[in-house]
Amino acid sequence: MDLDNQTTIKQLVDAHGMENLVVVLGMNGEGVRIAAETVTSGDPSWAGPLAGVSLGLPVYHILEEQVRTKLPADLYAEKVQLMEMVLDVGQIENTLAELRRNQAKRG
Amino acid sequence: MVPVLRAAVNTLVHVPDLVRYGSKPFREAAQPGSFLADLKARLRPFGEVAAYPPHQAFIGNLKPEALADIPSPWHGHPLPGASHQGPFGEILDQGTFYSLLEKADQFGLLMLDPGWSPPANGASAAARALMGAAGKRGAREEILKRIESGEALPLEDRGALIGCVRRDHEEDESLAARVLLENMAAKASGAHALRLLLEKAHLPAREVDYILSCSEEAIGDRYNRGGGNLAKAIGEMAGCPNAAGVDIKAFCAAPVYALVHAAALVQAGVVRNAVVVGGGSLAKLGMKSHRHIEKQMPVLEDVLGGVAFWVGPDDGASPRLNLELAGRHPSGRPSTPQGVLEALVCEPLARAGRKLRDIDKYAVELHNPEVTLPAGAGDVPLTNYRTLAALAAMRGEIAREEIPAFIRSHGMPGFAPTQGHIPAGVPYLGHALAAMRAGTMKSAMVVAKGSLFLGRMTQQADGASIVVES
Repeated sequence: MDLDNQTTIKQLVDAHGMENLVVVLGMNGEGVRIAAETVTSGDPSWAGPLAGVSLGLPVYHILEEQVRTKLPADLYAEKVQLMEMVLDVGQIENTLAELRRNQAKRG
Repeated sequence: MVPVLRAAVNTLVHVPDLVRYGSKPFREAAQPGSFLADLKARLRPFGEVAAYPPHQAFIGNLKPEALADIPSPWHGHPLPGASHQGPFGEILDQGTFYSLLEKADQFGLLMLDPGWSPPANGASAAARALMGAAGKRGAREEILKRIESGEALPLEDRGALIGCVRRDHEEDESLAARVLLENMAAKASGAHALRLLLEKAHLPAREVDYILSCSEEAIGDRYNRGGGNLAKAIGEMAGCPNAAGVDIKAFCAAPVYALVHAAALVQAGVVRNAVVVGGGSLAKLGMKSHRHIEKQMPVLEDVLGGVAFWVGPDDGASPRLNLELAGRHPSGRPSTPQGVLEALVCEPLARAGRKLRDIDKYAVELHNPEVTLPAGAGDVPLTNYRTLAALAAMRGEIAREEIPAFIRSHGMPGFAPTQGHIPAGVPYLGHALAAMRAGTMKSAMVVAKGSLFLGRMTQQADGASIVVES
């Protein structure tokens, strides 16, 4: 995750508290794992402001059912739905499910 | 006057010792740690860079589609017998490029050691045409003094100090040493691309009327940071005495905007021969180098890219740039991937009563995926092709099961260096021209997107598209 985004997330945590934040991702592939790890256990590349910072924020992808079903249907159809055919939804779901399992184990 | 695409050229300049002056490496090197040593250990020699399959596709020795048959990683499978020269491009070595930088400098900004000289046989005909007498050479003590005082940055060739580049004002950030080096790198690589275009296309330099630079650098001083005009500087260096020009700034979409503008100027009869030229982006060298080092790969962002295109009146043989099919993204449209591609691709085609599958090839952002994937940035062209195919499916033009086949036949693997404006679809034009002249292709649409939000003045994305057809 780029350093600007890490800075933004850190600022949001400071301003609103971890318990009031959920991270919603929109990217594809390896980027999903990197971003999800960054906002849970810390920046895996140890380069950004979240290096060594375990925020443990809840993290979802916008194409996951938990988020998708909460969006207004017309807005979702207009702005997001097409990406179901573009991004690898199965891989995204597996990546985040595994991350949540590991988090629960560490719990 | 029907505007046609007469010629296209793609160039690369291998500059391993300038990677440290890319924005990201420059910042990383300022931190405590071993970054600079790790970077140097992962830089490639010229032979490897020339034989790297995506580079061979870039200069025209390999069709982009052929990359799909080369096993991954491409950097582990150099093309045997590869030449640094191709049908519509060439790869320059660093020593030759330093000579071009010296020629690009009219203000004594660059100071090279009197003992240094470029490799005797390295320069191509296009590069030799740009070289002149050596510029201001400085005694080694003076070079060292300038570097130590902080007014100049060291320049190295294969690890040895050979000179420096200095700032031209103590307080003006627009004239800082690194900024001036960026600007001169864009000028010199742009002039080289233009010179190669003139030679490949047999276009006499005096017949170039107008130059549109789509290079990324914002030339200027502190009172006008993006004032310009790199286009004229490039034209002067390439020896085009009758050419005026202007810079087109639109983030990564600039090359396509420039082609649209060039075609419009020719169609309207304002000029006869317009040239679009883009020099390389020093700032983007090594942008993802920390990831490449982490994954123990070569640092692949070690080349500057260059492009040049000749847009002229119909010669009866070249494909036309169809302005009726030019696409744009108005500010009232959503900046989602869907919104941008609908505006750039679907709408112009719909205006002409055409379908997405009526265009033979789409040249989208053609970033080499081997550079972006290790950094978690995905396969940029593939994501774009999937979005295009999904749009075709959503509009009922193809069945959902036909998406993979649509991507295979209308797309291609990415092969361009991640130089921002350089991958913007346009590197495919050389291939498209060859295929159209051979009668194996009828139409190609070039689609480029720009991330306007990076400049913090709007949250919008942007883009432009144009169709080339025989």
